[in-house]
Amino acid sequence: MKLMRYIRWRHDMAIVEIKDIKKTYFQGKVKVEALRGVDLTIDKGEFTAIAGPSGSGKTTLLNIIGGLDLPDGGTVILDGNPYAQMNQASLASLRLHKIGFVFQAYNLIPVLSAIENVEYVMLLQGVPRKEREKKARTILDDVGLEGKYNRRPTELSGGQQQRVAVARAIVSSPAIVLADEPTANLDSKTGESLLLMMKKMNKEKKVTFIFSTHDSMVMAYARRLITIKDGRIVNDETK
Amino acid sequence: MYIILAWRNIWRNPRRTFVILMAVIIGVWSMIFLGALMRGMESQMLKNAISTLTGSIQIHHRDYLDDPVVNNSLDDMGRLDTVLNKILGQDSLWAKRVRVNAVVSNARHSGGVTLVGIEPEKEKAVSFIGKAVTQGRYLVKEDKNKILVGRAFLKKFNTKIGNKLILMSQGTDNEIASKAFRIVGVFRAESEAVEKRFAFVPLPQAAGMLKMGNSISEISILLPELDISGKKEVLVAKKLVAALDDITIDDKTIDVETWQDLLPMMKAYLEMSGFFLYIWYFVVFVAMGFGIVNTTLMAIFERMREFGLMKALGMRPFQIIIGVITESFFLLVLGISVGTGFGFLSVAAIARNGIDLSALAAGAEMWGIPRKLYPEIWAQDVVVAGLVVLVLGIFVSLYPAVKAARFTPTQAMTKN
Repeated sequence: MKLMRYIRWRHDMAIVEIKDIKKTYFQGKVKVEALRGVDLTIDKGEFTAIAGPSGSGKTTLLNIIGGLDLPDGGTVILDGNPYAQMNQASLASLRLHKIGFVFQAYNLIPVLSAIENVEYVMLLQGVPRKEREKKARTILDDVGLEGKYNRRPTELSGGQQQRVAVARAIVSSPAIVLADEPTANLDSKTGESLLLMMKKMNKEKKVTFIFSTHDSMVMAYARRLITIKDGRIVNDETK
Repeated sequence: MYIILAWRNIWRNPRRTFVILMAVIIGVWSMIFLGALMRGMESQMLKNAISTLTGSIQIHHRDYLDDPVVNNSLDDMGRLDTVLNKILGQDSLWAKRVRVNAVVSNARHSGGVTLVGIEPEKEKAVSFIGKAVTQGRYLVKEDKNKILVGRAFLKKFNTKIGNKLILMSQGTDNEIASKAFRIVGVFRAESEAVEKRFAFVPLPQAAGMLKMGNSISEISILLPELDISGKKEVLVAKKLVAALDDITIDDKTIDVETWQDLLPMMKAYLEMSGFFLYIWYFVVFVAMGFGIVNTTLMAIFERMREFGLMKALGMRPFQIIIGVITESFFLLVLGISVGTGFGFLSVAAIARNGIDLSALAAGAEMWGIPRKLYPEIWAQDVVVAGLVVLVLGIFVSLYPAVKAARFTPTQAMTKN
């Protein structure tokens, strides 16, 4: 009975459940086994970093969690939605409503201002204009970009651009935020400030964050550190 | 925001946008300008043909067109006048004519002409002749033994105003009828052939010479508006046929012909020319279409990472397609508007003075092309040109749009 209750509790707590996923792709004619049977469960509210050297499979894993790519084998369930039963349109809808993304580069739409970039996801969700604008202003204030609403990406520094990206990722309260090496193009001071901001969001708003990184500072901030090597998880520790 | 996004995207690379805009503008301008020249030519050719004694509608004796002799003439003009007044109303004009082939001669030359007996005042409003006199004077009803000939005729017969001409033809009694006429005026027509072919005398003079009494060869009707499609003329002709069917004049039937029946070559030319105009539109579009596809593809490939990002954020493929199509729509509408504006301006610039084609007169005359070409813009052509470019432009933009939508987010975001 206790075991059953524990299993149900675990299931309710899990935001991401991955079982035995495999992914192979070709780089030219060379076959690359990016993931070779990965099992992973991420709970709601976690602040997790997936670390590993280049080519270890961390970005592939993050892409699969985010529904940007599909595995060749195994199962992925995000917030109770199994990917195996979903087509491209359903995956797009899932990404729109459940996942926030922060990428390493090319993160913002260059022709839109900061506030328009943040509003963009809500526009796709069909949020009314006034509500969009109000939420976008509030979240930009939260990430420290008050008064920079109408600046285009080219008029913002790298750190400010990433803050806009984080604001866009969390503005519609997704189930999870996936950040692919968010500090890679930033200096250490800006990177740390960004991390502190995300940590604050995790604490205050209970937003689940998963990072892929090889930045030691990100690893130091993470509450859970998963190390991946040659397509397999080799270490999983919670601090 | 989709609209803002599309509008800003097209101005990301102003040089490229300018190039594609130029292609659309020049294409649309050429469609409208050349279309206007073609329509102007068609319209003037038809007007010339109609004013060269054809009219919108003609009424003849049933056998006259097959055998244009004086015996195949229309009688009982009182009853015909009643029908014409009833059906045509006050805006339409008509004139009666005697028209017969004749031989004309002077001391040195002789040749064939078409002798046309006219009611000078009425004819002035129906055909070209009233405004075509360049030397001497026009005819009046009371003129006796006076004749009006063409400028080319005068030259061919080496004669001048005041000289005499002898006309001979077959009268209603089947005997040769002849009469001497003195030249009172010279007319100029669009073509030399018309100047050589027709000689005009007052109707009573022609009827008297040919012993026709009150009979005439034809009635030429000019409707208030020229309909290049000929539909109005057909409608009026049908009404006339229905009304004239009740009339029996000496047991003969009467035929009513529209200009389309009388000028079958012109009818065929007009139909063909409309078709060729639309082929021209299509050819221009094909050249423009390659430019649109190429430029849109370049723009798409440059922004492939951005499309990947949009898809990652949850944008669906059809929304990507709509985004790209919206950009093309803006470009096309802008290009069409400016191209149409330039088309109108360039037509307006030459509308008053026309284009002088007299250097090509010999060749042009054969086809009835006027010496001066005045362009004419048809609303229908402007709409078709705009729609061809807009609809086909959007259609060809679908290819790059679908290409952008088909990449998965990871494929798109890893593109360089």
